[in-house]
Amino acid sequence: MSEVTQLIHHYLRHNKKFPHMLCAGCGHGILLGSLIRSVHNAGLSKDEVVVISGIGCSGRLAVYVDFNTIHTTHGRALTFATGIKMANPELVVIVLMGDGDALSIGGNHLIHAARRNIGVNAIILNNEIYGMTGGQCSSTTPQDCFSMTTPFGQLEKSFDIVDMALASGANFVARTTAFHAQLTDEVIGQALANPGFNLIEFFSPCHTQYGRKNKYKNAIAMYQDLKSKTMDVDKYKALEESKREGVMPIGVFLKRDDPALETRYAGVRAKLQEAKQKKAEAAKAAQAKPAKAKEPKPDKGAKGKETKQDKGDKA
Amino acid sequence: MAKRVGLEVSLAVADAVKMSKAEVVSAYPITPQTHIVEELSHFVANGELDAAFIPVESEHSAMSAAMGSAATGARTYTATSSQGLALMNEMLPIASAMRLPIVMTIANRSLSGPISIWNDHSDIMSIRDVGWVQIFVENGQEAFDISVCAFKIAEDHRVLLPMGVNMDGFMLSHMIEPVEFPDQSDIDDFLPGFTAKMILDPAEPVTMGPVGVPEVYMEAKVQCEQALINSKPVVKEVLDGFAAKFGRQYNLVETNGKEGAKTLFVTMGSLGETVMTSVDEMNADGKDVGQVRIRLWRPFPQEEFLAAVKGADKLIVLDRALSPGGVRGPVASELASLFHGQADAPEIVNVVAGLGGRDVSVDEFKEIYETAQSGGFKDAYTVWGVMSNA
Ligand SMILES: Cc1ncc(C[n+]2csc(CCOP(=O)(O)OP(=O)(O)O)c2C)c(N)n1
Ligand code: SF4
Ligand SMILES: [Mg+2]
Repeated sequence: MSEVTQLIHHYLRHNKKFPHMLCAGCGHGILLGSLIRSVHNAGLSKDEVVVISGIGCSGRLAVYVDFNTIHTTHGRALTFATGIKMANPELVVIVLMGDGDALSIGGNHLIHAARRNIGVNAIILNNEIYGMTGGQCSSTTPQDCFSMTTPFGQLEKSFDIVDMALASGANFVARTTAFHAQLTDEVIGQALANPGFNLIEFFSPCHTQYGRKNKYKNAIAMYQDLKSKTMDVDKYKALEESKREGVMPIGVFLKRDDPALETRYAGVRAKLQEAKQKKAEAAKAAQAKPAKAKEPKPDKGAKGKETKQDKGDKA
Repeated sequence: MAKRVGLEVSLAVADAVKMSKAEVVSAYPITPQTHIVEELSHFVANGELDAAFIPVESEHSAMSAAMGSAATGARTYTATSSQGLALMNEMLPIASAMRLPIVMTIANRSLSGPISIWNDHSDIMSIRDVGWVQIFVENGQEAFDISVCAFKIAEDHRVLLPMGVNMDGFMLSHMIEPVEFPDQSDIDDFLPGFTAKMILDPAEPVTMGPVGVPEVYMEAKVQCEQALINSKPVVKEVLDGFAAKFGRQYNLVETNGKEGAKTLFVTMGSLGETVMTSVDEMNADGKDVGQVRIRLWRPFPQEEFLAAVKGADKLIVLDRALSPGGVRGPVASELASLFHGQADAPEIVNVVAGLGGRDVSVDEFKEIYETAQSGGFKDAYTVWGVMSNA
């Protein structure tokens, strides 16, 4: 076994969920490999990582890896993640979602998680289709493309996930593809080190449910397409407007380190804590003056409360 | 000429919706409902069905869009299952309160968790009280026929309520069965276009869904309940009308097996067909057992059910859902209330079985019968088939 494969195996739950259910050529497995390498390179322990997924082929990834994982419901992974991060900011929270999860049924949560800047790393495995349920159109199925529910070609426009994340207030926004494994490792690594809401769009070929219906001979043709139509975002920006048609920029679109919601929240709690302490000290001082005899009792009560509060801060 | 075709039951339902000339279909995919709406999208695309197909972004939207559509007077259809039905929950009682005759197929599937795509009735039982007409079908032909009838029932001006057609996920939805398709002209005769009673019309503006302050809320609610209760004779009338035209009779409650049997299985949904086989075999062995199948679940056909079980002294009531912390399973609880205070009430033996797609075989029903005869079911209900080492 090569070193890389060995590394991946170290993080998989061998005994439980294999063989996996992904089709040959599916991009989702490439993302999982990349995620594992990135977590490893970031020096994180298995126990401090939480992987949360929605429902779909993408959702299955959470049951394959040996982290803390929750396989949630269709579209709600980000809200579970928000609860986890607010309750225990120490945890590194990674959310895996399909395009259906993130943009269709759970689209509302995506814009709000970005707006809140909650410290969560969201990866959207965009195969432009509902893979698991058999290939119905999603909100990222490109206009005029075919699916089980758009036999006449998709009439609606599709979302640009990057634009949406940028507009909604995410801290970090990147796009990568299953063809670009190294770039994927790189952007996940950057996200893990960045505070706030970090979003990565990962283009993931699904020949079974999307490619077949859209004139891709096989899965390989879909990877070749990803290779030929992508361009580094900086080069893309330098390109004349007229030459951009059909080119998909990849790379990091935005990186800033605005404090995450949980950090700002911790600030508020610290302030409240401080005020409380001051009040308690003032009360203590006031009591100390007239009646020395009464001293020990209220002091004990106040201390008890403080300990609880301290714990809350850590959690 | 009517023709008989072997096809997947989901596709037969789609055909029924097409032949019923639905005008708007809004849906979000969920296993095992997907084939129905995919097929409908194809009918729309190839011009076989002149309808708007809306591939919405969630079931909550599917029901909301269906309500909007029905409010304009369009014949409206949707379909869902399990988590999808759960997500629609908010809209369901509003659809009935707004008296919108939407028809929805529910490919019954268990609710998560654990995550399960397989069949039971936990989804539908969780929305029992939303004020919809609710019916169960057992086989492909019935799924086709009742789907056509559903539009006629829901849109009848004496009803004007949404109607859910329940069909067991996979166990029925994905079976390939022979189905007889009537001629389109006969269906058109039976089911003319929908003429709405009150719609959103610029010439005569109305407000739908406003606030019901405490002074009127109860009255509005009771009127809505009354409408559901009053739908029973219409359901019967439509089913009888269907029989007169197409020769297939569906009753609100069905019976089979030995006539006047002292012990009766009570079933709802497609597992009833397995019980039917079991009962036939037991009858051949000289056992005193019969079966009652509930087709209409809401409004509950009280008189019809009482007539069907008259003379029996034991009912083995099969539930496909738990009512955790309750006295019994949902169907058995219903029947216990029905028999409340009756002097000659039969004993109710309640067996909860087949949760999350667990199969129950013909032989197991024989075992259930024998256990019931020997007084082996001691508790108010028994969950059948739970492995002790699971
Ligand atoms: C409330 C609800 N509605 C519908 C479904 C059915 N469902 C399961 S996965 C899925 C779509 C999956 O598509 P996507 O999120 O893009 O993931 P992929 O399978 O493509 O990775 C749907 C509609 C569900 N599980 N829950
Ligand atoms: S259906 Fe598509 S997304 Fe699902 S496993 Fe197969 S290739 Fe991957
Ligand atoms: Mg997808």
